[in-house]
Amino acid sequence: MLRIEDLTVAYGRVRAVTGLTMHVEEGEFVGVVGHNGAGKTSILMTIVGTQRPAEGSISYEEQDITRRSPDDILRMGISLVPEGRRIFARLTVGENVRIGGHARRDRAAVAKDLERLRERFPVLAEKWDRSGGELSGGEQQQLAIARALVSAPKLLLLDEPTLGLAPLMVDRVFEILEELHAEGRTILLVEQNAKRTIEAADRTYVMRSGGQIQFQGTSRELSEMSDFETAYIGMAGDGAR
Amino acid sequence: MIGAIDLQVGVDAVSFGALFAVMALGLALLFGVMRLMNFAYGELIMVGGYTMYYTRDFGALPMILITIVVVVFVSVLMELIAFRPVRHAAPVTLLITSFAVSFGLQQVAFMTVAKGRQKGVEPYPWLTDQHHIAGLRLSNLDILTLLVAAGLLIGMTLLLKRTTIGIQLRASTEDYQMAQLVGIRGNRVISFAFAITGLLAAAVCILFVLRTGSLSATMGVTPLLIAFVGGAIGGLGSLTGAALGGFTLGVVINSIQSSLPVDLSGYTLMFAFLFVIVVLVIAPSGLLDLTRRVWSAATTRFEVLNRRAA
Repeated sequence: MLRIEDLTVAYGRVRAVTGLTMHVEEGEFVGVVGHNGAGKTSILMTIVGTQRPAEGSISYEEQDITRRSPDDILRMGISLVPEGRRIFARLTVGENVRIGGHARRDRAAVAKDLERLRERFPVLAEKWDRSGGELSGGEQQQLAIARALVSAPKLLLLDEPTLGLAPLMVDRVFEILEELHAEGRTILLVEQNAKRTIEAADRTYVMRSGGQIQFQGTSRELSEMSDFETAYIGMAGDGAR
Repeated sequence: MIGAIDLQVGVDAVSFGALFAVMALGLALLFGVMRLMNFAYGELIMVGGYTMYYTRDFGALPMILITIVVVVFVSVLMELIAFRPVRHAAPVTLLITSFAVSFGLQQVAFMTVAKGRQKGVEPYPWLTDQHHIAGLRLSNLDILTLLVAAGLLIGMTLLLKRTTIGIQLRASTEDYQMAQLVGIRGNRVISFAFAITGLLAAAVCILFVLRTGSLSATMGVTPLLIAFVGGAIGGLGSLTGAALGGFTLGVVINSIQSSLPVDLSGYTLMFAFLFVIVVLVIAPSGLLDLTRRVWSAATTRFEVLNRRAA
């Protein structure tokens, strides 16, 4: 479904990602974990078109999307839940969710999806007319996920959705992701919470500084790698709870 | 008698302030969406003024309609030709571009329409007809100004709150990149913002020219300065804040103008900008933020008193 070939992302002279190759198949839940500065966010921002790669290519459903605009990429079926949630604080909860569906033409289906989302996220339904800025961090995270889902993405990208959340909310976010995965949604999750990500994902890429893949595999494969444990313990101390 | 005079000054000030609220709203819209402080906004007023001059013989309604169309067209064209190519550049590049467009349009005006004798649009006599309402003198132009400004502010509020493009504009104003990530088409929203800005500039221009009558290549500079400073004290990051700031500064300028002795009337803007400095010292984040903080403190205090009483 998504193929990243030999991707290099640079900010001036600093390379955030170097020669990265990875893929996500339809229906898969893929995790990307790594320390701060490992280039995880840069990968997502390049996929969604807000960051231009220095080298390499990204294709989605056999089409090259490397230089497409963010709104085109969304219309092709890729939606991002960004780091820090970035909900529109001055818009109401309802407007925040509805705006995610503006790119769709099937109005009746959007209305149905909105209804389903209100059922899935009752806390948002309760605060539908309140401004997004009034929500707690966990509620804002649910809002960001609902906003991404209403665009009916075939591939859902999430950038550190549990960052700064209380443990109960972290559980809720992973519960939502597992539900979405069970429904057949394709997910690419970037997280610092390595333990939870590796457990939840079908496959996980473990990144090291400079945006290169250090390890990859399923939860079982990673646990069987002899040198993974050392690197992983370091990571668990940083971000994994 | 004194009360009636005060009220008369108040009505004039509100009418003047409403015009700057509309203008500051236009500036804030572009600032929010593009982080662009469009100093060429004043030249839209100049373009509108000369359009009125050349179409003045067609009758009031055709003149107004043509002026609106021309100003909106120039505003959208300005974006396409000057600002779109540098959209992703640093804010300072956008700022310099806006100065270049502003000076460029002024120079073109100096070489063409503003050349030769001073031009002007004679006010329609019916606009100066006065009505006496509750001891106040209100000309048709005063009433028109208040109605148009109120209509535009209400219309803008409805547009921004109730329509899809309005919600997209508000979202883009808050976080342009995120708005694109939820599928909002940047070009469409920005062109629409420039069109709205053009419409607001055309309305301000028509009301100004009908009031003052005189035209010049630099006629947009002072209104732009007042709207910009007004928007800044209100908070250019917020549409409501900018309109509030524009309105406040407009009211303050008009009140100072009517209270100063004749020999000091040339210093109106100096006193007004002293007021601005005081406001910015007290509320560096803008008047709206200050209002919110005062409101929040007052409600907290009210709750504490209520709890104590209980």
